[in-house]
Amino acid sequence: MRVSIEVNGATVAEEVPDRTLLVHYLRDNAGLTGTNIGCDTTSCGACTVLLDGESVKSCTVLAAQADGHEVTTVEGLATDEGLHPVQRAFRAQHGLQCGFCTPGMMLATVSLLQENPKPSRGEVRAALEGNLCRCTGYHNIVNAVIDASGQEVAQ
Amino acid sequence: MSIVGTRVVRVEDEKLITRGGTYVDDLREDALTGAVHAVFVRSPIAHARISGIDVEQARNAPGVVAVFTAADIDLEPAAAGPVREPYLAGDVVRYVGEAVALVLTEQRYQLADAAELVDVDYDPLDAVASVDAALAGDTLLFPEHGSNVVRVHGDRDFDDSVFDECEVVLTERILNQRVAPAPLEGRGASVAWGEDGRVTLWLSSQNAQQARTEIAEALGLEEDRVRVIAPDVGGGFGAKIGAAPEAVVLGWAARRAGRAVRWTESRSENLTGMTHGRAQQNIVTIGGKRDGTVLAYRLEVVQDAGAYPRALLLPTLTELMAPGVYRFPVVQTVSRAVVTTTTPIGAYRGAGRPEATAAVERAMDLFAAEIGMDPAEVRRANFIRPEEFPYTTPTGGAYDTGEYPAALDRVLAAAGYAELREEQRMRRAAGDPVALGLGIATYVEITGGDAGGESGRVDVHPDGSITVYTGSSPHGQGLATTFTMLVSDRLGVPPEKITVRHGDTDEIPRAIGTFGSRSLQLGGSAVRQAADEVLAQARELAADLLEAAPGDVELDAGSGVWQVRGAPGSATFGWGRIASESAEGVLSADVWFGEGRPTFPFGAHLAVVEVDTETGKVVVRRIVALDDAGPVLNPLAFDGQRHGGLGQGIAQALLEVMQYDQDGNPTTATLADYSFVTAPELPDFELVGMATPTTRNLLGVKGIGEAATIGSTPAVHNAVVDALAHRGVRHLDMPATPLRVWTALNEARKAD
Amino acid sequence: MIPAKFAYRRAATVDEALALLAEHGDDAKLIAGGHSLLPLMKLRFAAPEVVVDIAPLTELKFVRLDGDEVVIGALSRYHDLQRDPVLAQHAPLLAHAAGTVGDPQVRHRGTIGGSLAHADAAADLPAVVLATGGTLVARGPSGERRIPAREFFLGPFTTPLEPDELLTEIRLPSRAGLGWAFEKFTRRAIDWAIVGVAVTGHAVGLINMGGTPLRATATERALAAGTPAAEAALLAAEDTAPPDEPHATPDYRRHLARVLTARALARAEAS
Repeated sequence: MRVSIEVNGATVAEEVPDRTLLVHYLRDNAGLTGTNIGCDTTSCGACTVLLDGESVKSCTVLAAQADGHEVTTVEGLATDEGLHPVQRAFRAQHGLQCGFCTPGMMLATVSLLQENPKPSRGEVRAALEGNLCRCTGYHNIVNAVIDASGQEVAQ
Repeated sequence: MSIVGTRVVRVEDEKLITRGGTYVDDLREDALTGAVHAVFVRSPIAHARISGIDVEQARNAPGVVAVFTAADIDLEPAAAGPVREPYLAGDVVRYVGEAVALVLTEQRYQLADAAELVDVDYDPLDAVASVDAALAGDTLLFPEHGSNVVRVHGDRDFDDSVFDECEVVLTERILNQRVAPAPLEGRGASVAWGEDGRVTLWLSSQNAQQARTEIAEALGLEEDRVRVIAPDVGGGFGAKIGAAPEAVVLGWAARRAGRAVRWTESRSENLTGMTHGRAQQNIVTIGGKRDGTVLAYRLEVVQDAGAYPRALLLPTLTELMAPGVYRFPVVQTVSRAVVTTTTPIGAYRGAGRPEATAAVERAMDLFAAEIGMDPAEVRRANFIRPEEFPYTTPTGGAYDTGEYPAALDRVLAAAGYAELREEQRMRRAAGDPVALGLGIATYVEITGGDAGGESGRVDVHPDGSITVYTGSSPHGQGLATTFTMLVSDRLGVPPEKITVRHGDTDEIPRAIGTFGSRSLQLGGSAVRQAADEVLAQARELAADLLEAAPGDVELDAGSGVWQVRGAPGSATFGWGRIASESAEGVLSADVWFGEGRPTFPFGAHLAVVEVDTETGKVVVRRIVALDDAGPVLNPLAFDGQRHGGLGQGIAQALLEVMQYDQDGNPTTATLADYSFVTAPELPDFELVGMATPTTRNLLGVKGIGEAATIGSTPAVHNAVVDALAHRGVRHLDMPATPLRVWTALNEARKAD
Repeated sequence: MIPAKFAYRRAATVDEALALLAEHGDDAKLIAGGHSLLPLMKLRFAAPEVVVDIAPLTELKFVRLDGDEVVIGALSRYHDLQRDPVLAQHAPLLAHAAGTVGDPQVRHRGTIGGSLAHADAAADLPAVVLATGGTLVARGPSGERRIPAREFFLGPFTTPLEPDELLTEIRLPSRAGLGWAFEKFTRRAIDWAIVGVAVTGHAVGLINMGGTPLRATATERALAAGTPAAEAALLAAEDTAPPDEPHATPDYRRHLARVLTARALARAEAS
């Protein structure tokens, strides 16, 4: 079927098999490989993107279901004015190592901060329960989210 | 002020946070245009004879380019003898997940459809799903070998008299369970043969060069006919060392099919196809006096090697590190490795050392509990003392430097150990159903243990920029930043003019790679050595330009210019000008740092846990960790390594285990079933600093990649047992799941 | 991992959805949030020939009060439920439990109707709805019918819904002012409940204690007879048949059911 999605502000319209997953549409049709695939059971969150502004796991959404909707990927976070505060915070707080979970982790963070602009550390941990990271032990990811929320990071 | 030792944000991050890394599956190289996609058909049965494989239907499925089985592959397995791992199983499958066929299709979405049509007839054989079953030997994986025991090191006929003088002797079986490395990026490879007969493999690898050598040998090619490129790699943790058999098959298949090939494994495939780690069943015997002195320690290791022995040196490392930080007068060790019908075992963050530490640290706590002494006191009574270094252990560990008592003292002080013990006493007295537990682990480990050296090259270009080539192969560790700092500091060149390159065998033909926490001490030393050689060359050239004796010129480290010493206002020359004066137009030093001997990082961890004795659930409240790996180049990256290690170490103690049922079926083969540690299950980490240098490399540093993993697992494990000690629990296996804790409490209640 | 081939059809109205179901019968599956169905399809445990997308049916996304009943549109997402002010007052147990399902990403997609129709005994909301009581409303070719919650969970993944029927509404009696508690015991926060207990008033729902969500009827009877909560909780595992898994044996689950029921009843009383 023909699927048209506004990805990072630009319309991507492609004819794809009905069973195409959103994550593959983004990677193969939109050519945006920043969104990674880390599992096949909706467990890891590496493929997290924003669908109409809310975090979703793009491995568990059909491209067809996103037809006519808006998607934001890691490539769409920065603007002409520079990096998104979440991107800046992940770098400043060393919230990433190998980088594989990072796009999904950052988009989950963007969604979290929209819903809860000043989360506690415990709330951050709870809100990132669906995003796995093997490198950081999450400590600096929590720091990054706190930093991105404009709160002081306890050292 | 030098940049070294300061917190520097990573040069790697800009790309990773704006458009994501370029992992194997992200490659859009011209050479891969039109590549076919690959999937391995894997055995769903642990142990079976293959009586037939029908690929006809699959070959005729839409988009199928080729289906290959063992019958097609004309490659000799590397190992000799009866215990050999085939590239694709032909006669017998020996674990769930073993590859039996390879399917190539035009489009990715056609893979699973076609793979379903490969019809394999299996005649089931009995599974050998545990170490005990392997040792019993009723079913043999390799009947021609005559035994499931594939390696024995040492003699099991111990001299028992070493325990004669002991007032207390304890024996316990300590299980170090099988876990999945599970880097967030699974394995992947892309292969393209050139018209010149050279093959390029893009491989998610910790060391492209070793992979290159293995693939060349397997495919019967000269090394220079094979180029391996490790693009961005999404974590490895030991499980991406060298070339997996799949990479060889893909290289072969691309040649046979005449097409470029790309392969990305699924997570479910990864959890049975990628090597697992740990998987030791150990028996410790510890004997000593009631004053806390240990007189003798024995460690008997049985390594579950999985279906095919890929890493038989792991138990040897466990034996080497058996006595840990203690000056035990007598240490006896032996190890055996057995094959089972499970996924092969390989290196996983720590690789043999965590098992040694877990065993001895549990043994010390068992001993402490038996003689009624605080576990901190028992450790103090047995530490190797600072003045005894260098110290060689009875198992041959040639320790360089250590401050074990100070490490423990600092951690206990930072944690408020005495107050915590008091809180524990009061809560126990009050009958609090939530039990507080304190667990100590003091550890030493070996890094750069392979002692194989590393390559480093520094090029200074006429524009004043610098390229650093390293044989280390970072995949998250931030070495591009660290090595940039090293060179910037040494040559006085700002970081933004320095580029670090790694992971391409055409650029860097000779290297060992990144594993065993070796990269800074060996790879970093090589870079430092190359920078020093460049410095020496530059001095000569600068002397010519400045018309002075080499001894009279100096590099101003702040501004990065060469000048005549003590002649303010005279001429100066920058690096670009110096480089253009060199004969080749590029100032270059290409070195092999070969004299680096293994180093021995150490530390102390304290875990504070709370156990809900009604449900058995354990929550880690605090972890206070000191990891001493010598001087710190970039605290940001250094602490990041510690954090990651803590996360994985705690995970092993409480959550993670790769489990098989009696028939050898994995029951944790997806991330929905495997309890990969998540953010809500971990506390904030409390890090304590200490830096004891080594003399064994140019930087005085030890490795930090694995240290915190090694300390944290037994700290948490000990804390769980400590929490339950007053209810009669003496030991329980990892991971300390709620069910295990509840069961242990019930058994202790019954025994009471 | 990708699903087997299927045809995607999108319904813009309930009638359109029903027409598509009528057309394709057993070959069709409804998809809303897709977080039960798509994982199964990716692992190829499910392979429908037609997938009918009902996510666009905004007419089924609502929560409203109707007399002393809370009416919830089947396509209300967990994310909506956990923040809904009407639910917060009249069905706080449901609102709270919805906030513990999966993770935020799952809650942005998953729907209450999807969860109930999937009828997984390990899921949170079926036991909550069972404990709350009320009625489920389904529409089919012959019109609308109401199914009491007690008659909805027939067996593992089995409900009275016909292949050509669509769950449209969940009608719950208002529990405003009643004590409630939700005890969900997991290894990790992200996990399915090993055992869960949902209490509203003297009603006790059990998660993962059998092939379907259950009511702890022995406990409820004891409570009704005036037995103290701590004592009544000891009966929570009666007439259950909990599953056996490596990290949770039936005995352990029965023990947990008793412990968690005691905690939930105490918390509900205090609330």
